[in-house]
Amino acid sequence: MTELSVHRGISVHRIGAMILRYWYLLQSSWPRLLELLYWPALQVITWGFIQYYIAENASFFARAGGTLIGAVILWDILFRGQLGFSISFLEEMWARNLGNLMMSPLRPIEFLLSLTVMSLIRLAIGVIPMTLLALFLFHFNVYALGLPLIAFFCNLIFTSWSVGIFVSGLVLRHGLGAESIVWTLMFAIMPLACIYYPVSVLPVWLQYVAWALPPTYVFEGMRALLIENTFRIDLMLEALVINAVLLVASFWAFLALLRSAKKHGSLLSSGE
Amino acid sequence: MTGNDKASSRPTVADRGAIAAIAVAHLVKVYKQTRAVDDISFSLPRGSITGLLGGNGAGKTTTIAMIMGLVLPTSGRVQVLGHRMPEESAAVLGRMNFESPYVDMPMRLTVRQNLTIFGKLYAVKNLSDRIAELADDLDLTDFIDRANGKLSAGQKTRVALAKALINRPELLLLDEPTASLDPDTADWVRGHLERYRRDNNATILLASHNMLEVERLCDRVIIMKRGRIEDDDTPEAIMARYNRTTLEEVFLDVARGRVNGAKEAAR
Repeated sequence: MTELSVHRGISVHRIGAMILRYWYLLQSSWPRLLELLYWPALQVITWGFIQYYIAENASFFARAGGTLIGAVILWDILFRGQLGFSISFLEEMWARNLGNLMMSPLRPIEFLLSLTVMSLIRLAIGVIPMTLLALFLFHFNVYALGLPLIAFFCNLIFTSWSVGIFVSGLVLRHGLGAESIVWTLMFAIMPLACIYYPVSVLPVWLQYVAWALPPTYVFEGMRALLIENTFRIDLMLEALVINAVLLVASFWAFLALLRSAKKHGSLLSSGE
Repeated sequence: MTGNDKASSRPTVADRGAIAAIAVAHLVKVYKQTRAVDDISFSLPRGSITGLLGGNGAGKTTTIAMIMGLVLPTSGRVQVLGHRMPEESAAVLGRMNFESPYVDMPMRLTVRQNLTIFGKLYAVKNLSDRIAELADDLDLTDFIDRANGKLSAGQKTRVALAKALINRPELLLLDEPTASLDPDTADWVRGHLERYRRDNNATILLASHNMLEVERLCDRVIIMKRGRIEDDDTPEAIMARYNRTTLEEVFLDVARGRVNGAKEAAR
């Protein structure tokens, strides 16, 4: 039997048990809940006022109303989606509970699926109030984007899961000494994903790198929608294909890092 | 349990030929330049309690971790309940369990929440009844709705034991099960393990530094030193071989390299 075949036979009950575990944890700590709301709210308020100021002083941005605040909301979906995934994973490391889970019938794929569900739950708690703030304070209704919003959301959340799976594997292999990667890796993507400016701003050689990242397609698509009222479905499909490749690659990397952790005995000493 | 009861419940040499709960063959684990486990082989019959003895760095924890599938061997084979580890771990992980000082239960969750989650992971039927039964058996009732982080060391150990028993495991792996417990609680835990083995015909492998514990609980002792098996027999036979009256004295002989002298004296 190969290692991959061990991941056959996914149990919904075991995934449910893990979601329940993280739900109990969220309920037990109001600072954890507050933190989920705090940073997205701070982001949208800051960038909302910046957008107001720029719109009053620059005719292009007045015309392209909402590109900044829309970008902030979409960026938060990407960033908070990955954090929601990774923090649930880190909770196991901080609690020294990983050994219990690895010794239980829980399979790696079930563990990862429970983390994806938790990333959605944590994202909803943080981002839905953020979008309501944007609506009431700055009259920017992200839901008015309609169906394209679903395409944007799916592509961003898939990327966030790929990054989450990969960095979880790194922490599994290298212990909590690698924890800072969880908080910083997404920021390395930030300038290349062209969140606040078009890809054409980048040097030509860097544009190739940018187009290798699915979020770049989403932010270009958002600008096309808000400025030109055009939904670029071609961009969304291209992003979806790259996301599929990234998800498979990150899962493969996670299994390889798990195997390496078992080879090096890292699961017994998952501290710093 | 009297000494005679204990002797009569021990597996005979013939029993050891039956399908083993654990079968380890030529197991080696090398970390960079260190041979943490160096070509060990043993087989544990079902229903036995075996003590794994040895000083710090003897290779006990690594051996148990390889049996559990948490560490991959450099070479050699491990079979658990008739299945190869770690390749066939999915077939056996639900039938075994463990307790170790290297892991904790989530601190913010209550005892009941923790047991509920692990019960669901192990697909325990009638879970609330099982939790109530364990709470009664292990005297958890008074603090079952308290967060795990707010419990005393003794209470946490009982909760960890409840987690280890939640799925009524056929095989129980225990790493220092009574470490940091007061003598009364430690004795109580040992009594519970004895009863569990007797009532369920479970196999228990425990790593311990507590020689009295091993003498009381185990019908077989494997002594490890620098990754190798130094001796493997019943506690009585080992003590007789070293001409000692306690396992602690044997342990000191092995740890301080007085093995040959002690064995010679016994002859």
